[in-house]
Amino acid sequence: MTDVIRTTVTITLNGRSVEAQPGELLIEAAERAGTYIPRFCYHPRMEPVGVCRMCLVEVDSPRGATLQPACYLKVNDGMNVVTDSEKVKKAQDGVIEFLLANHPLDCPVCDKGGECPLQDQTLAHGSGETRFVEEKRHFVKPVEIGELVLLDRERCIQCARCTRFASEVAGDAQIAFAGRGDLLEVAPSPTQPFDSVFSGNTVQICPVGALTATPYRFSARPWDLEQVESTCTTCSVGCRVAVQSSGNRLSRVLGVDSDPVNHGWLCDKGRFALDSIDGNEDSTDPLNAATRITEPMVRRDGVLSSVSWGEALGEAAKLLREAASTPNGVGAIGGAALTNEGAFAWERFLRGVLGTENIDAQYGDGLDAALLQALPKATIDEAASAATVVTLTGDLREELPILFLRLRESAVRYHRSIVELAFGASALRSVARVTLPVRPGEAHLVAQALAKSGPGVPPGVAFGEAELLEARRLIGESGDGVVFVVGRPNVAEGAGVLETALRHLAERFPQAKFLPVLRRSNVNGALDMGLGPRLRPGRGFAAEVEGRDALEQLGAVRGGEQRALLLLGGCLLGNVLDVAGAREALDKADVVVVTGHGGASLAYANVVLPAAVQHERLGTVTNIEGRVTAVAPKIVAPGSAWPDVAIAAELAEEFGQSIGLTSVEQAARAIEETTGYPALSVMNDATTDGIVVGRTSERSPRRPLDPMAFPGIRSTETVGLGTRVGATALDGATSSPAPSGATLAEARAGRGVDVPLADAYSLRVNLSRRLYDNGIAVQGSPALHNLRAVTTLRLNHFDIDRLGVATGDQVNVIGPRGQVRLPVALDDAVPRGTTEIAFGSLDESGADVIRPILDGERVIAQVRLETK
Amino acid sequence: MATLSAPRIVSSRAEFADSHTLTRYLATGGYRALRKALTMFPEAVAAEVDEASLLGRGGAGFPAGRKWSMLRKSHISYLVVNGDESEPATFKDHYLVEGDPHQLVEGVIIAAYALQVTRAFIFIRGEFALGLERVQQAVNEAYDHGALGSKIFATDFSLDIVVHPGAGAYICGEETALIEALEGKRGFPRIKPPFFPAVTGLYGEPTVVNNVETMSNLPWIVENGGAAFAALGGGRSTGTRLFALAGRVKNPGVYEIEMVKNTFRDLIYDPQLGGGVIGDRAIKAIIPGGVSAPWFGPELLDLPLGQDEVAEKGSMLGSGSIVVMDDTTCVVRAAWRITKFFSRESCGQCTPCREGSGWIERVMYRLEHGGGRMEDIDLLLDLCDNIAPGLTWPPQQTTICVLGPSIPSSVHSAIQMFRDDFVAHVRHGGCPHD
Amino acid sequence: MSHFRIDIRQRAEELVALYPRARSAMLPLLHLAQEQDGYLSDEGIAEVAELTATTPADVRGTASFYDMFHLEPVGKYVVGVCTNIACLLAGGEEMLEHASAQLGCPVGGTSSDGLFTLEESECLADCNIAPVVQVNHRFVRTTTPEAFDAMIEDLRAGRLDHDVPSHGMLIRVRRSSGLRAPHAEVAEQRAVAKEAREQRTNQETK
Ligand SMILES: Cc1cc2nc3c(=O)[nH]c(=O)nc-3n(C[C@H](O)[C@H](O)[C@H](O)COP(=O)(O)O)c2cc1C
Ligand code: SF4
Ligand code: FES
Repeated sequence: MTDVIRTTVTITLNGRSVEAQPGELLIEAAERAGTYIPRFCYHPRMEPVGVCRMCLVEVDSPRGATLQPACYLKVNDGMNVVTDSEKVKKAQDGVIEFLLANHPLDCPVCDKGGECPLQDQTLAHGSGETRFVEEKRHFVKPVEIGELVLLDRERCIQCARCTRFASEVAGDAQIAFAGRGDLLEVAPSPTQPFDSVFSGNTVQICPVGALTATPYRFSARPWDLEQVESTCTTCSVGCRVAVQSSGNRLSRVLGVDSDPVNHGWLCDKGRFALDSIDGNEDSTDPLNAATRITEPMVRRDGVLSSVSWGEALGEAAKLLREAASTPNGVGAIGGAALTNEGAFAWERFLRGVLGTENIDAQYGDGLDAALLQALPKATIDEAASAATVVTLTGDLREELPILFLRLRESAVRYHRSIVELAFGASALRSVARVTLPVRPGEAHLVAQALAKSGPGVPPGVAFGEAELLEARRLIGESGDGVVFVVGRPNVAEGAGVLETALRHLAERFPQAKFLPVLRRSNVNGALDMGLGPRLRPGRGFAAEVEGRDALEQLGAVRGGEQRALLLLGGCLLGNVLDVAGAREALDKADVVVVTGHGGASLAYANVVLPAAVQHERLGTVTNIEGRVTAVAPKIVAPGSAWPDVAIAAELAEEFGQSIGLTSVEQAARAIEETTGYPALSVMNDATTDGIVVGRTSERSPRRPLDPMAFPGIRSTETVGLGTRVGATALDGATSSPAPSGATLAEARAGRGVDVPLADAYSLRVNLSRRLYDNGIAVQGSPALHNLRAVTTLRLNHFDIDRLGVATGDQVNVIGPRGQVRLPVALDDAVPRGTTEIAFGSLDESGADVIRPILDGERVIAQVRLETK
Repeated sequence: MATLSAPRIVSSRAEFADSHTLTRYLATGGYRALRKALTMFPEAVAAEVDEASLLGRGGAGFPAGRKWSMLRKSHISYLVVNGDESEPATFKDHYLVEGDPHQLVEGVIIAAYALQVTRAFIFIRGEFALGLERVQQAVNEAYDHGALGSKIFATDFSLDIVVHPGAGAYICGEETALIEALEGKRGFPRIKPPFFPAVTGLYGEPTVVNNVETMSNLPWIVENGGAAFAALGGGRSTGTRLFALAGRVKNPGVYEIEMVKNTFRDLIYDPQLGGGVIGDRAIKAIIPGGVSAPWFGPELLDLPLGQDEVAEKGSMLGSGSIVVMDDTTCVVRAAWRITKFFSRESCGQCTPCREGSGWIERVMYRLEHGGGRMEDIDLLLDLCDNIAPGLTWPPQQTTICVLGPSIPSSVHSAIQMFRDDFVAHVRHGGCPHD
Repeated sequence: MSHFRIDIRQRAEELVALYPRARSAMLPLLHLAQEQDGYLSDEGIAEVAELTATTPADVRGTASFYDMFHLEPVGKYVVGVCTNIACLLAGGEEMLEHASAQLGCPVGGTSSDGLFTLEESECLADCNIAPVVQVNHRFVRTTTPEAFDAMIEDLRAGRLDHDVPSHGMLIRVRRSSGLRAPHAEVAEQRAVAKEAREQRTNQETK
């Protein structure tokens, strides 16, 4: 007997014969065949529920033709479907009429007016006159159900998209249906606001104006909005977005359905941080991160004053030239906020003009770039479809929210396994098969334990043998089909701990792949463009040279070996652990800052050069999986801010040299021509899901843009160059970057680490990342800044009891460099003997208090509590 | 004259005041059937039920034996007993859970044995506080008696029964909504397919859902054999059945009588049963099987009480409750009240049911209480048609469950049979009976 | 910190243990929360959310689906009068009006002494003794206004305390034991049997 595997089935659709995939939903099969079946509750990214009944069509069955919901029914071979009969039309018109019965007639004042699926369907199917003469249902008009979302229950059509999103996709049912029958309403708990970090998605998928976003409300009408497709650079997942503006003001960001990346979802930070781009209008103090830097500045008599570009560039060149005249006297830190083209231009300037190898796009909180290059890489899709995913990271919901959604979906919807090495609280815990709690300074021991076989657990670890064995079983012998998702979970832990763990795992499980999660926007692209010691554009690696990383540079400045620092975007002081050490270095150095926003580091700047930031510039960026996608300008940068390529080029001119680049397009072409890195190809075809570096890209067609699935997004205009530059064609392109990347043997990092013995009277500190930290995106955003984390000392109940403290108590926290008072919070996800504190959180007075009391040099950080 | 020769199968202990106690139960043959069943192969027990051709007593009337045979051999499966009884004017299960809880428990154990499940849940309507207490008491006593728990009556068969209280929602009688409630959720009926919980039910595992009365028949069937049961009644409607008789009759109550051999007239007029209409007035209409069923006029009183016989005439025997409306009854008010019930009890998932029931209810309210318009009558029919296209029986539906197409039953029946009454309401500007 | 009293908390945990999944205990737990507080307080809801591994919004939303759960405080006695079809035909609407006048509160309201809350019920399945009246879900079988008034008097005087406990106390008979059947063992045996069966059928088809 030979098995015939059917790859398609044939159905009859309105008398036509149509091919469909087995198991496909009828609504999808029909749509691909050009027959659009109306709908409300169906959303292509969620399980169908078939409740609105708008998609009823006639399907032949043994009992005759019956009305069936096309969104729920799977196609069968030979199925006979009619979508345009009188009976179907009456049923669909009936549903519209029922939906409108209680729906208010407030379209003129409704935010959704003009882009409302209900309005559109009514025009297409409605009868035009109402037979409903009864009193409509009344609810209190919009209620604020969270910081960012308003609910108008009168407009709700009970499609359950928002509640399903909250419980199924986000896994956090902070809103749910309440009541029954025609009193069914969406409701949060009165004791807990809707503060999910994914709340904005419910607004985006609401097919009526029931859920609206507080920041966007009444700010624009859809027909005034212009739109480009772009990539969100709030973090490094690189979600595809539609950026909309009205005039030169950004109005709204919506999630575009990118199959390999974000499935249409966004986190609230990516969605709502746009009002931080042009800064807080009231703030003109350059030391404030909420201030937009729009003019070049030079320090004169101790104060920064606006000057012309010529003057500022001249001054910057003077400082850098002087410093570069001593060997190794200059270096650069930063670059994660740049585009690939900007990073490439700065790389040419730094190595080509300044001749320095002291370059680092990370702030000592990332991973060794050579080690990263050497690991076999996984894509997001591969991680989200791996039989087993092992996470060694901080809480992904806080760090890379959309990656969290993808992994969560893999576990919940497709029942794949997650093994979690948990360093503290983690939203994945509830869906993980196995959780191994790990304390600061132990990750490498746990990795070793995973790599071994046989019974027993390493002494002192916070998990038992059963969990360890189960984790090993899920990883298997060689790690085949396993993806390790890895990133520094703890800013206060030396990089060596995780790097050593990674090397163990990579050596022990040669079949496994790795998804390193460096979280800062385009840090991956910056490293790929060579902004790191020993790196070269196009993922090249120069094994023979030496260069200082960020922390080494700060040390060298303090020690007098390096004289100048060029800071590329970001805020050095906001990002390093050792603030005191960084301040000392900045105090000593000649500092040139290229930036879009103000911040504490500017107090030490000698020259400030204003740069264009996201949504103001053209280019490409590279996400955590090495996917290169386009970013597009939607508004014009304020004042006289320039694109980075221009700043680097002009600065080179001051040295009497040229970096050979005068435009972003040219930079993209140069990148691609010299390294094979697909910058130009992507820029030329900017409304696709991009290309993963080093992989053959099979271009999967985008699903047709259905306004019912993604209300508010217009068919995306082509952005980017409009006309193609150069002959690079994307179709079937295989990008071939310079092949000389680092190997595991060449990487220095991860060859072991010395963790000092933990002090039994102290608590080890896990300084973990939070989404709403004190960075520019949150600080500068009126919509988000109230959501900033408050500094608490999170302890599990065992330690709370042991130390004799109570939740809410203010206790003295004594670190090696000082002490502060902080409130205690209960969190049983924190391993024993550890306290978790949010990095970038603020205490009650608005101060960032925890970093100053820690010792930035240690492998693990410890504090003691004074409880009396 | 009614045919009353059949044995009382589920109401045999009706005359005892202590019929709910274990003592009385054991004294009247209790748990004998279970002991007998445990000596048989499980398949043999199922075969007796199959032979009895016991139709489900919850409303849909699906043969219990056939349903059981769908339970695939699976390594987890559940038995769930439906005691939600909320269909208006249905009160037979109420009688059984309060009056003979051990009979129910024994039936459940027998079914569990036949199905080889080790967990059964008895879901009982929350408003039956006393019934809940009595069934819990019976379960406790069954454990003590060795009839439940590990190694029942020293055999290899083990079973746990959990009594699960409802909390006031008619829709939880629908078997998939009941399963949702048992999973701790809102009682939203599940979309079909799968059409049977026997395919995927509780926690996605194969699950048999049967009505309280269906279960209560099992001890008798096992003791007396399926053939003896099948010899009673007629056609597909075998055995006896509990009929709940309510409305304008002299002796409303629950009566166990043989199916098919008796007619609606027998049930309503026999002196040992309904005893006739109050004040000996004329019957205007009857509701033959719960308020979801289309109404019958007096001309159908001689129809036999059989599932297929009633279905042929365009209605259903449903939950076995019969409501009698006499010539003093305002049918507009009756139909309005029934619609109000559906509107309050719609789960709210499906647009036509959620919005349609509320709309129809408001129009009916105006007609009954003043403000009705002549065009409302046809509007009502068209709205009904939008919920149950064609207004045929069995109904076509635009909704997930059959609550939706139940909404039109009474309104459509009332307008079709008594359009003049509606016209009179419009002309009078309200109810002429007031 | 538990909001439930120690005994209630213990019963709650016993309930959760009866089900294969914690969430299944939702309705019994909500009844229990109502038994303690007389209605579902925010604290009670939070505790049920914790016991069932859900969120307060989810618990509240679920509870609000069901008529027997009260999200606002109600009287010690919740009086339900049925007006559905059988009771309608027997004077249910009149009984409801009478009850409202007698208790001095509208339908859905609570009497001024806080003792009684009046509700219009759907069919309570006792249609042969119509119109049906329930107090705290006990059938009081008072079908005439006079009997109703006497019953209210009895309640006020505490003469019905034995039959009608305060609102929220639903089931006074406690389950006498936890689960006893060896479920895990049986499941394992069945899994083995299933595999064997599958192997057999595979071989047969080969
Ligand atoms: C709206 C609706 C309400 C129902 N209510 C009940 C009920 O209260 N009790 C019941 O046993 N079955 C009820 N049913 C039928 C059940 O879905 C199911 O068919 C029955 O419990 C199966 O048991 P049986 O085969 O023993 O009859 C209802 C069905 C619907 C659609
Ligand atoms: S028909 Fe009505 S009760 Fe049934 S699932 Fe739909 S909305 Fe709920
Ligand atoms: S029922 Fe199919 S789209 Fe809503």
